[in-house]
Amino acid sequence: MTAPPATRARAPRKPDRHEQPVGLPWFVWIPAGLAFLLIALPVVGLLWKADWARMPELLLSDAALDALRLSLETAAISTLLCILLGGPLAVVLARGRLPGLRTLRSVVLLPLVLPPVVGGLALLFLLGRTGLVGRGLELAFGITVPFTTAAVVLAQTFVALPFLVVSLEGALRTAGRRYEAVAATLGASPSLAFRRVTIPLVLPGLASGAVLAFARCMGEFGATIAFAGSLQGTTRTLPLLVYLERETDVDGAVALSLLLVVVAIVVIVVGRPRGSEGLT
Amino acid sequence: MKRLVAAGVAGLAVVLAAACSSPSQAPSSGGASAAPESRTLTVFAAASLTESFTALEKQFETDNPGVDVKLSYGGSSDLAQQIVNGAPADVFAAASDSTMKTVSDAGLTAAAPTVFATNVLQIATAPGNPKGVAAFADLAKPDVKTVVCAPQVPCGAATTKVEQSTGVDLKPVSEENDVKSVLSKVSTGNADAGLVYVTDVNAAKGQVQGVSFPESSAAKTNYPIAVVKDAPQADLAQKWVQLVEGENGRKTLEAQGFGAA
Amino acid sequence: MSLDVDVRLDRESFSLDVALSAAPGEVVAVLGPNGAGKSTLLGILSGLLRPDAGHVRVGDQTVTDVGAGVFVPAHRRGVGLLAQQALLFPHMTAEANVAFGPRAQGVPKREAEARARALLADVLPDVPGLPGRKPAQLSGGQQQRVALARAIAPEPGLLLLDEPLAALDVDAAPAMRSLLRRVIRDGKQTAVLVTHSALDALVLADRVVVLGRGRVVEQGPTREVLGRPRSAFTARIAGLDLIPGVREAGVLRTGDGTMIAGRETGGPAGTGEPAVAVFPPSAVAVFAEEPHGSPRNVLPVRLASIEPRGDVVRLRAAPREGGPEWLDGLAADVTPAAVADLAAEPGSALWFAVKATEVEIHPAG
Repeated sequence: MTAPPATRARAPRKPDRHEQPVGLPWFVWIPAGLAFLLIALPVVGLLWKADWARMPELLLSDAALDALRLSLETAAISTLLCILLGGPLAVVLARGRLPGLRTLRSVVLLPLVLPPVVGGLALLFLLGRTGLVGRGLELAFGITVPFTTAAVVLAQTFVALPFLVVSLEGALRTAGRRYEAVAATLGASPSLAFRRVTIPLVLPGLASGAVLAFARCMGEFGATIAFAGSLQGTTRTLPLLVYLERETDVDGAVALSLLLVVVAIVVIVVGRPRGSEGLT
Repeated sequence: MKRLVAAGVAGLAVVLAAACSSPSQAPSSGGASAAPESRTLTVFAAASLTESFTALEKQFETDNPGVDVKLSYGGSSDLAQQIVNGAPADVFAAASDSTMKTVSDAGLTAAAPTVFATNVLQIATAPGNPKGVAAFADLAKPDVKTVVCAPQVPCGAATTKVEQSTGVDLKPVSEENDVKSVLSKVSTGNADAGLVYVTDVNAAKGQVQGVSFPESSAAKTNYPIAVVKDAPQADLAQKWVQLVEGENGRKTLEAQGFGAA
Repeated sequence: MSLDVDVRLDRESFSLDVALSAAPGEVVAVLGPNGAGKSTLLGILSGLLRPDAGHVRVGDQTVTDVGAGVFVPAHRRGVGLLAQQALLFPHMTAEANVAFGPRAQGVPKREAEARARALLADVLPDVPGLPGRKPAQLSGGQQQRVALARAIAPEPGLLLLDEPLAALDVDAAPAMRSLLRRVIRDGKQTAVLVTHSALDALVLADRVVVLGRGRVVEQGPTREVLGRPRSAFTARIAGLDLIPGVREAGVLRTGDGTMIAGRETGGPAGTGEPAVAVFPPSAVAVFAEEPHGSPRNVLPVRLASIEPRGDVVRLRAAPREGGPEWLDGLAADVTPAAVADLAAEPGSALWFAVKATEVEIHPAG
């Protein structure tokens, strides 16, 4: 995510077979290989365990289709919320001049290090029927948040927000203020410079942040089950269904797990941001 | 620090073993074999047995000096999966026939499992029972937020059975994975009522209020117990089963609300 | 438009206190070493820094006046900037980059684009399809030309040039320099050029302000200041060797009594008047042993440093033990082969020799 000075930007070089790069020390290969296997082999384990004959039936069950639809919908909404709320937050963190910004950033990172189930409990004690805010919502508007799809979205947004904020803040810092200063000397107001210069410059960072956030939302389990409960079609997302299915039908759980793996791979491959010109 | 390193090495060993595609050969846990006078009995038990078995553990250790009972509580199906995948258990006490069947079907029980207790459902409400739930049918009222177990787990299966026998169609706001999750949704006030086992209500010690209903007898849940095949401590395992099925065991279990086998 | 600046800015370890002005259409070069306060001055002019005292006026608009509490933000000053790096917006075509300023001022899209194309054709006439290219498809020199077009497109009242040639290849710099001369100087664009290169100042600027440690050291018409530096400091920046002293018949006598022979310039002046001897470092020959023979000024020095400068090597002198202070910093440009022959390293004793015909003696009053 480093932006080379624009003056030095050249067309991307093709790899040259004559090049003889400095070699890697031998001792990095073994742990590197182990690290790769540690990630790849469990997926192989899933493939090996899968009951391919029953796969269509397992994946096309009402419960599985409901869960997939719910997961995709909630993850999409949550990602949108992450962009709408986390985008401006990242701008404040990267550009703002407020006292206590460091503390603010630490708080924003909390969901990243907190076990998701703790996040779910925290949300429950805030927005649950007896919670700090939830009590008022119930009394004033008759709204109860837990056990609703909105609770799923809240839980996902909670855990995924830092992913978007962190990667966007990094992109903003890398893009630096130099381009904004140039825009100002050309007569662009701060809001015009932000719209026409800053946002396009950080678009790759925003995209990669959104992809990460979406993937995190798709995989969200702990906060959801603690805060939203588990009901087919309403709150039972794919990970919750996997967890439930393995109680009785391991084959079903494996099939759904593979479905999640496929979704994850699609997200990574399709969503991986290709660096825009001059800014990778 | 040493233990951390050991754990890291063990982790690497697993990766290496997997890399060589040898069948799962988990590193022996703990390593050192216990001296003859200090032996460890490992009991896998359904989470709902926590209070009863913890009470029995003390008695067993008094009766058998030098024996340390290790109790591993969890969801029955989790425990069954662990045993099928080679977890070193001596005794398995399950909260349903079907989960025990997973283990016995895999040929991993030393003898046919025996039922040592039964459990029935009870309605759990928030303390004071604010919605005035008095009967099973009340749970289907639209203003009562009910939480149940998912049909895939034993308490949920029992719930479904009661629904069928009574003709009451519950509209739960959530189907949880285990009774503890149901209980916490009720005790925190986020749900008005939940369906759990009577023993869970007793164990919750006043955080929820129990409401018994006669239709619960339609879905008695059996608690089977069995010594695991090739148990490292087969003799102690047998003694544990005898204790649970004996007079003391029965009394302890009854005190928690379990029914007789 | 004219420029009138008188500002003060204090930092913990540095303070800037500068007054300068430029007539409409005039180009003023600000020369000075790193840390002299050039960037700070530019920041104050462009509106990216607030001075602690003073004012900045561009034309008849006061853009900064600390006493009156006036501070016009950067985007409403009409002060353009061309920096060392082109900083073209990487996501926009060359045309969109150049049209950006006019568009920001509210010029209609078509008109702004037409102006952009005309300017691009002016700065880079021989690049096919230039308007539609992205910055990454242009060389560094081409990018800097587009950046120049972008900077002048909004027709700024004042254009700031911040080392505009420093990041360019040696091949690209001369062409860019003459383009700047044509567009800025001949175009009567009021500009402040910050540079450390005397050549840039000579080619581009009408007047020079020499800055040292936040203060104006010297200022005046470019040729006068750089051709006849009054201080060793300016001479160093001008890239010339300078020895201070007093005039005597046909020679300059330094404080310690050394006689420097040279050509007298600047008309008649009396003996004993303050004067300086000036010569280019390329006129200095360097010897390991004291040379004899032809009429030269021969100065015993100690080698202080060796700096590669393109295809020559600059040797910097320091006085030997007990030697006169004015030898400090004298420079000699020699070929790499000559350096090898000398087998010299910092600390070595050397002799700097310069023919009298290469030395100009200026009055320094």
